[in-house]
Amino acid sequence: MRPRLQMLEKSLIERILGEAFQLIANPGVRVAPYVVELLQEAGIRVENGVAHIPETIARRAIETVPRQFSVFDRSGRPAVNYGGDNVHFDPGSSCLNILDPKTQQPRPALAADLVRLVQVAEMLPQFAAQSTAMVCNDVPADIGDWYRLLLVLWYSEKPVVTGAFSASSLHTLLELLAIESGGNDALRAKPRAVFDVCPSPPLNWSEFASQNLVDLARAGVPAEIVSMPLAGATAPVTLVGSIVQHAAECISGITIHQLANPGAPIVWGGAPAIFDMRSGKTPMGAIETAMLDVGCAEVGKSLGMPTHAYLVAGDGRVIDAQVEMESGMSTVLGALAGINMISGAGMLDFLACHSIEKLVIDAEAIASAQRLIEGLEPRTESLAAAMFAQTGLSGDFLKLKETRTLFRKEQHFPSSVIDRGLPVMDEKDPGVLDRAHQRVEELVASYERRPLASDREQEMIAFAQREGKKAGLDGLPSILDPMYEREPRLV
Amino acid sequence: MSESSFSAMRQSIIDGAPDTASGLAQEAVATGVPPLDAINNGYVPGMHDVGEQFARGQMFLPDMMASAEAMRAAMAVLEPALKKQGEERPMAGVVVLGTTKGDIHEIGKILVGTMLTAHGFRVHDLGVDVPGEKFAAKARELGADIVGVSALLTTTMKNQKGVVEALAQAGLRSQVKIMVGGAPVSRRWAEEIGADGYAKDAMSAVALARELMEQKMLHAAKDPA
Repeated sequence: MRPRLQMLEKSLIERILGEAFQLIANPGVRVAPYVVELLQEAGIRVENGVAHIPETIARRAIETVPRQFSVFDRSGRPAVNYGGDNVHFDPGSSCLNILDPKTQQPRPALAADLVRLVQVAEMLPQFAAQSTAMVCNDVPADIGDWYRLLLVLWYSEKPVVTGAFSASSLHTLLELLAIESGGNDALRAKPRAVFDVCPSPPLNWSEFASQNLVDLARAGVPAEIVSMPLAGATAPVTLVGSIVQHAAECISGITIHQLANPGAPIVWGGAPAIFDMRSGKTPMGAIETAMLDVGCAEVGKSLGMPTHAYLVAGDGRVIDAQVEMESGMSTVLGALAGINMISGAGMLDFLACHSIEKLVIDAEAIASAQRLIEGLEPRTESLAAAMFAQTGLSGDFLKLKETRTLFRKEQHFPSSVIDRGLPVMDEKDPGVLDRAHQRVEELVASYERRPLASDREQEMIAFAQREGKKAGLDGLPSILDPMYEREPRLV
Repeated sequence: MSESSFSAMRQSIIDGAPDTASGLAQEAVATGVPPLDAINNGYVPGMHDVGEQFARGQMFLPDMMASAEAMRAAMAVLEPALKKQGEERPMAGVVVLGTTKGDIHEIGKILVGTMLTAHGFRVHDLGVDVPGEKFAAKARELGADIVGVSALLTTTMKNQKGVVEALAQAGLRSQVKIMVGGAPVSRRWAEEIGADGYAKDAMSAVALARELMEQKMLHAAKDPA
């Protein structure tokens, strides 16, 4: 039996949805001019930039959302399957800073850091997808979003969770993905990426977000709504009240998206958090934040929607017991809730900082959570009696055939990051940070980039040079950094 | 006016009771209490007390919001009365405040504005979703000493850098100090974008604003031109 976490009674889910449908009708949802005509044509009243969406229209839109869809790896294999209780993890995204691998002090993230993170995530099976994890501060802002996607596509074969920094840059990103996939139709048939789109709380689909929803729907590339109610600040203080707002933001986003292209893939996702009434911070590691995530996903699941949440993040500023306690707890809760894509691994300091060392520690928490949701299974016809029949009271189970056959199924074996008392561990530093650092080094050393087909690589480079020129660059930005012994090089 | 009346004013701020605060202010004006006395001996100590309790973790943000509301209610009565008498509060500095472009959140900014006002700064609040150029234009218009930029989201905090750039482009950078704040913001971020300071909460914002004013004066004394 697969263990499951349920936080909301069915009747409460119905009340949450009832109020969410009320909210999108009245007070309504702020929308951008870009979508006004689309909404009005569907019979939705839009006054002073506020759409009043009737429940019937919203429910029709929900009906056309695909319950299941896949995101594909470079070889065209469905590597992430949104829908049902499937659970996948990807590193947190769009971080401005990184804990420097050598000093463990935060500093602005560089393109070389992103490459290193991608290489590590590529080697870890716990991550079904990559993300455009960092803002590369050494790259001109004008090319920041397509350049980081280029780096991920160049160094990874896994699907990518990404997002555009502006309405116009979305098309540049889609063009890059189409080149990598072999054309727009190929991209639509087997999308390699899913795009996060964020409404502004409360109930506001800005110009940028509205446009992204519509354009992604029309391109047939999956959109992932990242609704961010902050309980007590930009959303009702009660967790359930914030879940209502999250549902209203998701339903209104789905309505805009499905009106633009019924049947286009979209995810019911978010990064809700509580608002700490002492610091004004939004703790991602708070248990209430995890409760919000689980509750929000549960409401989405009740409608059959593919789901996403932001978990596996801690709030401390260094890798310490607090950060890993918070990250581990939310990892387990997200997995038990059956959330399809769980973002956030590697992040700390209220999502302001990434750490590749934390990413490999989080990967261990993820592996444990993945083992947890496999549950307890009766793998033998007789549960224990047949084995006792062989051993009697000698306690000699180590010799049994069953032991040898089944221990790999029953036990998960963590990497060297986790101290399990192996002799080899005694020679290493007893601190998890040092073990994590060593693991990162090993993963980076064993990473080997697999090139794309040469014509596609050339086309991607030509694209990058052309776009770079538009931004006034002479050639591509360097991603070399003297701090790394093995300097990644794009071309 | 008796000490007990000032004490009631102070308590109305601590309690976050706008009606009481406003009523006591009206009573003070009606009975001829100098508005400056009411402000300095009643309401400002109340706000100061609130700030200190907040810093000690004994009061929370919703309490601060209620106190700010009460302070505004009292000042709405006392400032016109002050003007009528041709008086002005001694001014600690001129601050232009706003939430950065793309961000519609203003809780923190309102609290900072209230605390700065309570401590003698003249605050002009530009509201939310404010582009850098607007900060620069208002700073020029008012001859502002300080520009304060708030951001609640990691997605909008990067626009704080745009405000620093806009002020530089407007040629105001040497005259105007910039302070930044907001949930995702840090001292390091402030340094990175070239701001002059970071404040983690409203009370720290007052201390920072005072420090920045001192720096300005020191600079002016060294370089009177």
